[in-house]
Amino acid sequence: MPQYRQFQPETYRPEMRAYWYFDRWPYLKFMLREASSVFVAWFAVVILLQLKALISGPSAFESFQRFMATPAVLVLNVVAFVFVCFHAITWFVLVPRVMARQVLQRPTPDLMSAAPNFGIWLLTSVIVALFALRII
Amino acid sequence: MADTIILEVARFSPERGLAITFQTFEVPLRSDWMVLDALNYIKDNIDGSLTFRWSCRMGICGSCGMMVNGVPKLTCESLISQFAPGPVRIEPLEHFPIVKDLVIDMDVFLEKLQKVRPWIVRKDERLPAREFLQTPAQLDTFHQYSLCINCMLCYAACPVFGLDPQFVGPAALALAERYNLDSRDQGASERTDALSQHDGIWDCTVVGECSTVCPKGVDPSLAIQQYKLTATKEWFKTWLLPWGNK
Repeated sequence: MPQYRQFQPETYRPEMRAYWYFDRWPYLKFMLREASSVFVAWFAVVILLQLKALISGPSAFESFQRFMATPAVLVLNVVAFVFVCFHAITWFVLVPRVMARQVLQRPTPDLMSAAPNFGIWLLTSVIVALFALRII
Repeated sequence: MADTIILEVARFSPERGLAITFQTFEVPLRSDWMVLDALNYIKDNIDGSLTFRWSCRMGICGSCGMMVNGVPKLTCESLISQFAPGPVRIEPLEHFPIVKDLVIDMDVFLEKLQKVRPWIVRKDERLPAREFLQTPAQLDTFHQYSLCINCMLCYAACPVFGLDPQFVGPAALALAERYNLDSRDQGASERTDALSQHDGIWDCTVVGECSTVCPKGVDPSLAIQQYKLTATKEWFKTWLLPWGNK
């Protein structure tokens, strides 16, 4: 510490509030983005449970389907779906910030990095929907 | 538009105890006044003991950064009329130690800045016979980062810096990247220790507010994410080619 500091008046650094993220919307949005990973994990658990039920046989799969149809799980899944979409969108929007910004010595526009991700997401969703609705 | 507006100004004096109090002032509301003009009105006409930093009044010196209604702003660039009918809450920049009223201790920032060696580093320190040449394309790679005026608004907007004061922080990291990307610089490896560590780039959680509040359009968040990519590539290189020049 520099010597001159000993003659300076005492400074004061206020502590951050524990709920600082409620102060402004951008901070709350950031925390929601971080929290959305919990719901992504929930969907991963659902898929694992589904696979386990599939392997265990028809009766296990039926009881899994009954569990998924309970109101509490339905509400949880609707909330989780919203958060997973929020997670995916914010993640894709961040892609241009962490990718190489130049192709053939020319700077790439942000859309060029983000758009393919949205495109692949849409295409995958359509294919899954076609299978789920037994169209193909 | 009303003739006056209320300002709630944070007051702090270590002699009066380690706590911030708010004092209310009524100042004229003029369409051409910045928040800084209102503060100067208070100092000149109401309370001469109110303490704050300012200098150029045109968004260049970076001295007059304060929290205006909870958002870090250069007070010389913020029209007071946009906050009408008020009241307007003026506080010192968040996350910094306060010296008096609206004045913060900027040594915290200056120490971080020095750590990242924000100047052109050359391996051969002898003066060259002629100037270094640079193409416009080479200039473009770092130009926006060179616009930083060290106003520290990005630090006040960064919750990571608030929670972990050891974090090197947005401006210092953006300026480090500014020199790393400069074609004349050869000091990238000397900056690695300060940048690629937990208190450096890896502490950043991409809140992104540093870039939003920057009055000069610098994007420190981008600089940090780009350096994360560079640091990862460098790490892979040392792992795959351990005999290479580190």
